[in-house]
Amino acid sequence: MHASARPAVSVKITPPVTTPSSREAQAPLVMRMTVDKVNFFYGPKQVLFDIDLNIAASKVTSLIGPSGCGKSTLLRTLNRMHETVRSSRLEGQILIDNQNILAEDVTALRRRVGMVFQRPNPFPKSIFENVAYGLRINGTKLSMSDAVEKSLRHAALWDEVKDQLHKSAYELSGGQQQRLCIARALAVEPEVLLLDEPCSALDPISTAKIEELLVQLRDLCTIVIVTHNMQQAARVSDFTAFLLTGQLIEFSPTPQLFTTPSDARTEAYITGRFG
Amino acid sequence: MSNRLRWRKFVSHFMLTLTGICTFVAVAVLFFILGYLVYHGGTSVNWNFFTKLPAPVGEAGGGMANAIVGSGKLLLLACLFGVPIGFFGAIYLAEFSGGTIAFIVRYAADLLNGVPSIVIGIFAYSLVVLPFKHFSTLAGGVALGLMMIPITLRSTEEFLRAVPKSLREGAMALGASKWRTIASVVVPAAYRGILTAVLLAFARVAGETAPLLFTAFGNRFWSPGWTQPTSSLPVMIFTYAIAPYEDWHRQAWAAGLVLLGLILVINIVARVILSRGVAVPRT
Repeated sequence: MHASARPAVSVKITPPVTTPSSREAQAPLVMRMTVDKVNFFYGPKQVLFDIDLNIAASKVTSLIGPSGCGKSTLLRTLNRMHETVRSSRLEGQILIDNQNILAEDVTALRRRVGMVFQRPNPFPKSIFENVAYGLRINGTKLSMSDAVEKSLRHAALWDEVKDQLHKSAYELSGGQQQRLCIARALAVEPEVLLLDEPCSALDPISTAKIEELLVQLRDLCTIVIVTHNMQQAARVSDFTAFLLTGQLIEFSPTPQLFTTPSDARTEAYITGRFG
Repeated sequence: MSNRLRWRKFVSHFMLTLTGICTFVAVAVLFFILGYLVYHGGTSVNWNFFTKLPAPVGEAGGGMANAIVGSGKLLLLACLFGVPIGFFGAIYLAEFSGGTIAFIVRYAADLLNGVPSIVIGIFAYSLVVLPFKHFSTLAGGVALGLMMIPITLRSTEEFLRAVPKSLREGAMALGASKWRTIASVVVPAAYRGILTAVLLAFARVAGETAPLLFTAFGNRFWSPGWTQPTSSLPVMIFTYAIAPYEDWHRQAWAAGLVLLGLILVINIVARVILSRGVAVPRT
């Protein structure tokens, strides 16, 4: 768990030593996941080059970069969702609590590393059954209704849906559907939650709600979020990784990356000169 | 108004009338058939028709109870045999197979769909009738089931493919295995379409005559169990319609009316199922 002496490593970057946030004591960082020299291919096309990344436990790490830079692909390797694409190939290793995720049973891994997608994708079932789904397939012994309520509260959706738990999930608004998907992912109590541009299909108010939620969820689990919205990364995350054409350009505590980027390309991107 | 404009208006009106007439004819055929059946067979559709065995030759009255029950048994067998094969085959095609295999199987299914029903009958004859050495409900059921396979398979596959990929990913990201994802998310999301497909396949084979001629054959009496020749509505229509008796002709019309009514009801049920509930939005 405490294995890594280098909390965050990237190409040509001196690793940050302390947490950036003033709201916490400067406790040593615990690394939840480690991406080690990962190269990734779709067929003959390489989309990730030598990625090294450490993901700190109970923190929010964001991945930013222009479209097609590989940030979503990198995220999807973390719970092996990339395997749904037949021609994909991964080299290098990814560790969760020092275990190689590639050696683990994929369904067990995905229970530990949950995922929320770009577009809300509730199942064509009731609100209750959507949240209960993960518990049912994992055969929990807990009381189903307690667990569902708990997850919906964590996702800040309980008060809005408590009287209509048995209505179809499609009757909710887009923002509510996305929070339902977060509740659904939280129900199986994952250690890591991956979010792939969770707000890109939502209006500003729903986006604000989800951002607020992410900051609170940090206490429950480790969060990795892909976003093309730099302000969002700046608002919600503790660490930010900047990717460009499949390479990790810079990985720093968020305030540092946005105020004093050490790479010229990072600066060009965050100041809006491209991307 | 110039001549040219007048000519354009004329062409426009002419085409409107022409297309309207063609539409009317297309719909009228159905109502004409329905009306004809009611006119000729309506009087013979009575309580006796549903409850009595066929009367001996030369005697008036009697019914087709055995044919109705026989058709029911044949269709039940056909569903038990054809639907699971088509359904699970479709799951394999849509969810597991690679592109080449899927292409070949789909092509084969389309060919099987196009095989004349009489040929299916001969096949079932040599497969079931010859080894058992007599005609049977079982043979007829197999013949009809064979015809249901490609229809069920192709349309189920289409409906499964229409389920958005994001739903599959959502389930898999929660730790569901591939099979679990299919059984608990993909199939429930597509079930209305699949059910409709099965009902339409059912309606299609309900009226088939040719494959039953030398498999289920026919029977003037009740057919106990599954290994005896059995009567069925389409074959009864065939036999009665070409017989030289006025009363049989009327009963053939009546049987046609009952059969058409059955298919109509199934079609309506299928449509009601399709239109109810929330559809999965396409992404």
